Amino acid sequence: MSARQRIRVTINGQTHEHEVESRLLLVDYIRDVVGLTGTHFGCDTSNCGACTVVLDGRSAKSCTLLAVQADGRELLTIEGLARGGRMHPVQEAFWEKHALQCGFCTSGMVMSVYSILSENPEPTEEEIRRGIAGNLCRCTGYIPVIEAVQAAAQRLKRQEAKPA
Amino acid sequence: MYPRAFEYLVPHSILEAIELLSQHGEEAKLLAGGQSLIPLMKLRLANPHYVVDIGRLQGLAYVREEDGSLTIGALTCHVDVLESPFVRQRFSLMADALGVIGDCQVRNWGTVGGALAEADPAGDWGPVALALNSRIRCVGPKGERVLGADTFFVDAYTTQLAADELITEVAFPLPAQGTTGAYLKLERRAGDFAVVSVAVQLSLDQRGICHSAAVALGAAGLTPIKVVEAEAFLSGKEIRPDVIEEAAVRVSQAAQPLPDIRGSEEYKRAAARALFKRAVEIVVRRHRGESLEAGHVR
Repeated sequence: MSARQRIRVTINGQTHEHEVESRLLLVDYIRDVVGLTGTHFGCDTSNCGACTVVLDGRSAKSCTLLAVQADGRELLTIEGLARGGRMHPVQEAFWEKHALQCGFCTSGMVMSVYSILSENPEPTEEEIRRGIAGNLCRCTGYIPVIEAVQAAAQRLKRQEAKPA
Repeated sequence: MYPRAFEYLVPHSILEAIELLSQHGEEAKLLAGGQSLIPLMKLRLANPHYVVDIGRLQGLAYVREEDGSLTIGALTCHVDVLESPFVRQRFSLMADALGVIGDCQVRNWGTVGGALAEADPAGDWGPVALALNSRIRCVGPKGERVLGADTFFVDAYTTQLAADELITEVAFPLPAQGTTGAYLKLERRAGDFAVVSVAVQLSLDQRGICHSAAVALGAAGLTPIKVVEAEAFLSGKEIRPDVIEEAAVRVSQAAQPLPDIRGSEEYKRAAARALFKRAVEIVVRRHRGESLEAGHVR
């Protein structure tokens, strides 16, 4: 029993092992210990969602979880989406639809969208709006984001339909 | 902001969790999904010396139908209850409420047991538990006991649970034939706590006569409020506009809202009254077979 714990987290397919303070927030673990700064630190009051990551397949606000809660789990951050130098279809759709301006909310927004589409490949506009309710954006007014989600859904559908 | 330092403990069974709680008493806090606890600890409003993480305990996350009840394991995440076809079909009130708890991320990790134990005055599970007559099973060193929702909530953030007890399951009797419900929540912005919320569950016959009613308010007092006066008034009556209006007066009177950043006492009282009327209308239309969205006020 101590205020420090040994944790083992698989991040974007790679296993990391560290000794951390029990009170270390997951967002601080990702950014400061592991060095993946794509995940952003926004409001720190669990409202904005800039810190959203995907943990064991479910979107999570990493400022609202302790690093120790990720022990033994699989984490996907924004850095884990692109493959072989190519953007993920969700990222491509965000670029195509200009769904980012300053970019601060974007990594969290993209992870939320990734999560929505993995559960619901063809969401209605209402479902998209509800799905991104936990991600605040001060720049875009959300319309381009919604369009990006719809475009991403189409891209992913075309990708699925391609013969192997 | 980050929490004060604490000892992190991971029990491997409910029994071990209870032992740790007994040992450390008020110095320990249970961690399930952490969606209420972590924000509180970051603000240093909660400073437990020991955090007992039960989030990984097996066998406490389920949504079942058994013996005429819907039973939900305490560690079931809100999203998993929301996605249950059985809940969507038979418990529209609950499905409405689950869809408006926080946001996706909160629903993915927050748990039913955690939300009930937290007993936030503006929490969504409180009025749902009251309106649906739920029974909360909990376990401690002296064994198991079942608490009725009507006595469970004692004060803001305070329930009947002792410091060494934890919730294991919540049970809801299956609604009788002809029973429908709706939950409406007024929020200032997406993902917010309620300014005020209303849960209405009515048993109606083909003529539109109400056989029994359940009405509960959230964010209208230190605890969720069961509006027994409105329930008694609606019972045995045909649900007509004048009846709804009179019942709404009773709802407004039963509310004990505290003025805060979300609104004044008068505003919240008026909002409760308006939401109640809308909720009853939704219930009546759903009873007639209409497919309607509720949850967020439109």
